[in-house]
Amino acid sequence: MQDQAIGVWRLRWRRLRGHRGGMVSLLVLGLLVLFVLAAFPLQAITGIDPDATDLFARFDPPSATHLLGMDEAGRDVLLRLMIGGQISLLVGLLATLLGGVIGVTVGVIAGYFGGRLDGALMRFTDGMIALPLLPLLIVLGAVDLTKLGFSSEFAHSGAAGFWRIVVIISLVDWTSIARLVRAATLQIRERDYVRAARAAGASAFYMMRTHILPNIATPIIVSFTLTVGRVILAESVLSFLGFGVVPPTPSWGNMLNNAQELVTTAPALAVYPGLLIFITVIAVNFLGDGLQHAFDPRSDRKD
Amino acid sequence: MRRFILRRLGQTLLVLLVMSFVIYGLIGLMPGDPLDVMIASNPGASPEVVARLRVIYGLDQPLMLRYAHWLLAALQGDLGFSRTHSQPVLVVLAPALWTTCKLMLISFVVSVILALGLGIVSALRPGGWLDSLISLAAFAGISVPVFWLALMMILVFAVELHWLPASGRETVGDGSLLDVVRHLIMPVATLALANTGGFTRFVRASMIETLRMDHIRTARAKGNGEGRVVLIHALRNAMIPVLTVMALSFGTLFSGALLTETMFAQPGMGKMIYDAILSNDFNLALVGLLFATLITLLSNLAADLAYAWLDPRIKL
Repeated sequence: MQDQAIGVWRLRWRRLRGHRGGMVSLLVLGLLVLFVLAAFPLQAITGIDPDATDLFARFDPPSATHLLGMDEAGRDVLLRLMIGGQISLLVGLLATLLGGVIGVTVGVIAGYFGGRLDGALMRFTDGMIALPLLPLLIVLGAVDLTKLGFSSEFAHSGAAGFWRIVVIISLVDWTSIARLVRAATLQIRERDYVRAARAAGASAFYMMRTHILPNIATPIIVSFTLTVGRVILAESVLSFLGFGVVPPTPSWGNMLNNAQELVTTAPALAVYPGLLIFITVIAVNFLGDGLQHAFDPRSDRKD
Repeated sequence: MRRFILRRLGQTLLVLLVMSFVIYGLIGLMPGDPLDVMIASNPGASPEVVARLRVIYGLDQPLMLRYAHWLLAALQGDLGFSRTHSQPVLVVLAPALWTTCKLMLISFVVSVILALGLGIVSALRPGGWLDSLISLAAFAGISVPVFWLALMMILVFAVELHWLPASGRETVGDGSLLDVVRHLIMPVATLALANTGGFTRFVRASMIETLRMDHIRTARAKGNGEGRVVLIHALRNAMIPVLTVMALSFGTLFSGALLTETMFAQPGMGKMIYDAILSNDFNLALVGLLFATLITLLSNLAADLAYAWLDPRIKL
């Protein structure tokens, strides 16, 4: 490389561009986003209602108006795949953000204050990691919102189903971020400039915001990326089992609700949504790998 | 050593206690309550009768008190009655527990063996074509939705090729060893494949790290063959961090077992818990979840012991 000084983010972008898996996955994710957003123009042009059922059109083969045919209730498969993708991706992002906030908060507090508080928080985190989470998620997904004081109208709305799954996944999937952030915070905490700031009387909140968080941003970004993949998987599983996004709102997971019967009658319907989940998650994971590579100063050496 | 085990068993009990309270509370929040079920079979019951039943069954009492009652009974060995199976919960759970442990153990062993092989091969020539191929496969393993993998297996091997049975534990009226094994192949393969990806990546990373260490150079310099260096000198050291990851994966393994059992209709704990939640069988769901937690915690403990055995520097 030249002697010219370049910014750290330029350098990282350059390294990411050199990572084939990372670049391919960026491209794939871009295409996926275009695909799910194509629902808007498609709906506007064809005027198809994604939720309208037509029992005379069940399992209709692909045609000019319905490019991927009809599902078991006579709904347009392509449009539902697109809209379901919007829901699945949105759940993935939102639950990651919410869980990330929990994880970063727990991790920074544990790492910064140390001592008893750290011990208690980390024991709790380790306990969570060890639990069989899927059954727990199912129980959380089965909770009757009216018993928590929500109105029956809200509890059975599509929005409630959507937000419920965002919240319960984030309640469960914050542990890996918390551990990572704690470890990174421990490293930063004893640096001289941090001690200097502390000696100058900076408050704990100021220290975390100004000195700790910006310096551990890169592992957090990588961890967020990998979490998105896990969350999308969790959403699909829960929706598939009937405890996540509830029909008529489609999601890639709940489009497979009847897949066990479909496998024999209309295998394509069982293949598409799962394949999209698979492609999305594998792309997200490769992107995480690429980011890790790009953020690691040692990654220029051959290994 | 003994103190360590005792302390960990104590912690395990504590976690179980906390979990039992949390799950007890959550199950109370699930739709319907035990009385609804009774009323459903006797629609003529007047509100007064319902109210009296509520008092008799203690459902009018605060949550803490009901939980205390449940706990007291549970400690005396009374884990309640399964509504859907019309049998004591333990009688229903015992065979399911065995089915699940079998499925989990076989899959675990299969995925560890696969991951060791693939991870070591990868680590020998990092960046080579074989490594790239294995990395791609490992990423695929991490990224595939387990239930969909199961579906695709059913689609290919049961529906299209008719090689393997799609569900159940054995063919009615057959039940020979071969028949049971044939029913196990797809569930085990699904669960094992789902875990192999992550394991492989950890084995690879750890092996690469270890192979760079000085003692490996020394071992080579002494004239040891490459096979001996990799398999004896490097592998044991590389296994230490890998083991931690594998130990913490038992929770995930159980979650995978739940899906696998549901997809292939295996009568295990996972499917039982899922069905119990679906059909408001509160006692069964509660105890099933606690057992799942217990299995996970105990396997973590076992892994910690193996850890100390592998690494003499660690004193328990």
